Amino acid sequence: MTAPRVAVLDYGIGNLRSAQKTLERAGADPVLTRDPEEVAAASGVVLPGVGAFGRVMEAIRETGVDEIAHAAVASGTPFIGICVGMQALYESSEENPGVDGLGILPGTIRRLTSAETRIKVPQMQWNRLDLHGESPLFSKLPEDPWVYFVHSYAPEATDDVIATCEYGGTVTAAAARGNVMATQFHPEKSGRVGVQIITNFVELCRDPAFSEPERSAGESVDAAGQTPDPAWSERPERSGKQ
Amino acid sequence: MTAAARVIPCLDVDAGRVVKGVNFVDIRDAGDPVELAARYDEQGADELVFLDITASSDQRDTIVDLARRTAEEVYIPFTIGGGIRTVEDARRLLRVGADKTAINTAAVRRPELVKEIATEFGSQCCVVSIDARRMDDADAPASGFEVFTHGGRTRTGIDAVVWAQEVVRLGAGEIMLTSMDRDGTRDGFDVELTATVSDAVDVPIIASGGVGTLEHLAEGVTEGRADAVLAASIFHFGEHTVAEAKELMAARGVTVRPPQ
Repeated sequence: MTAPRVAVLDYGIGNLRSAQKTLERAGADPVLTRDPEEVAAASGVVLPGVGAFGRVMEAIRETGVDEIAHAAVASGTPFIGICVGMQALYESSEENPGVDGLGILPGTIRRLTSAETRIKVPQMQWNRLDLHGESPLFSKLPEDPWVYFVHSYAPEATDDVIATCEYGGTVTAAAARGNVMATQFHPEKSGRVGVQIITNFVELCRDPAFSEPERSAGESVDAAGQTPDPAWSERPERSGKQ
Repeated sequence: MTAAARVIPCLDVDAGRVVKGVNFVDIRDAGDPVELAARYDEQGADELVFLDITASSDQRDTIVDLARRTAEEVYIPFTIGGGIRTVEDARRLLRVGADKTAINTAAVRRPELVKEIATEFGSQCCVVSIDARRMDDADAPASGFEVFTHGGRTRTGIDAVVWAQEVVRLGAGEIMLTSMDRDGTRDGFDVELTATVSDAVDVPIIASGGVGTLEHLAEGVTEGRADAVLAASIFHFGEHTVAEAKELMAARGVTVRPPQ
C-alpha cells in the first residue's frame, strides 16, 4: 500500500515536526509546504496552528495559505485543522475581534468560561471525548477516548460538532462538514488514541470515494438532524480530484 | 468538568543520559531518555519532564537533540527544563518539538524572562519550576517556605507562595513545585507546601519531590491539591509502572486518564 501524500500547511508558525512524525507513523507521506501545486497534488491537507488567533490568521494571509486552504477544501480533498488550525476555519474569534477567520465553517470562537464552575484557563490537560454521531475520523477508538487539550478558546456549538468534552460546560472538541474535519485537541500529542485518529484521517486520504463531490458537497454531519447552514449549501459544488 | 490528575515521570538528563540523584549525591544511570520516554508513553504517562542537569556548556546542545528525538518517537506532551536562560534557549527547544519549557534559577535572577517566554510562545509553554525548603530561622519568609536556586543550594530570601503568585502574574502557565526537603528521600510529597501554593494561585501545580510509594502519588492530589504528580526513581527502575500508579490513584478516588 503506497503512503498517501499529505500536505502540512507551513505558514511559519509553530513546530510542525510532531504533526509530521505522527502522519508518518500513521502511514502517510507528509510534506511541509505552502506551494499551491504541491498542496493541490496531495491526497490530504493538514492545517496546524498554535498561538493567538490573530497572529495565526495574519501569518496565514501573509503566506497565501488562506487561498491554498480554500482551494484544498473546494477540491474535496480530506482536510483537517488542528487546534488553532481548527479555529482558523471559522468566521471569527473572541480572542481577536475584528480579525476574519477563513470562514470555511460557520460560527465563531469563544473563550472558555463558566458561570457555575471556576475553571482554569487554558484547559491544559487530557480530557475525555464525548462523540456525537458516527465520524470516520473516530473509528476504532477505545471506549471513552481521552485526548490532550491546550487551549483558551473553542468553537461555539454548531451543527458541525462531532465531539465535545466537559470543561466548565460543554466544549467543542471536534467538528466535521463534508471533507473538512477539525480537532480542538492535539491528536499528535494524544498517545495511541491520537495516532489512531490521524491513522483514520490517512485512511480517508486513501479512499477515493471520500473525495467525491456528492460526498463532500454540503453534507451535514449533525446527529440531531438539524438543517445545514444555508450559507454553506449555497457554496459552489466542489469538483472531485479523480 | 472532567479534570484528570496527570502522572508525569521525570527524567534527569546529563549529557543525553538519564540519571536520578538521591539528594543529588548518589547518581545512578537509568538508561536512554528517549527509550524510557517511549516506555512511559506506552504505560499511560500523561506527560514527561526532562530536566537537563548537564554542567558543561559544550554539551548543552545534547538537550536540543534529545527534544528532537523525543518529539519524533513519543506522542505525549513533554517539558524540558534546566539551563534555559533566554527566549532563544526556549525557542530552540520548542521549535524541535518540546511542548513546554521550565525555568527556575533564571526566573529568580531575571523575572522578566517569565513574561518574555509567555508573551512569545504563550503561557501554556511557560512552566516555572520552584524549589522550596521549609525554613524557621529569623530570616525565614512569612509562609515558612523559601525559594532556593541552583539545584537547592542557594537561599534566595524569597517566599515561595509570594513567588508563585508573582510568576503567575508574569505569565507562567504552570508551576512545578519541588520540596527540596523531600527530594530524593522517598518519604512522600510535602503536601502542606503543595496545598499552600495550590490554594494561592489558579494555574496547575505539579507536585514534585519525595515520591517513594504509589500512595504518595495519590496523596499529592488528595491532600496536596496538586493537578499533576511527578516522580522519577519509582518508575525508572521498574518498581512500578505508570499504569499501576493510576490504578492506585483511581482506587483512592482520584480521576485519572485510564491507560488506553
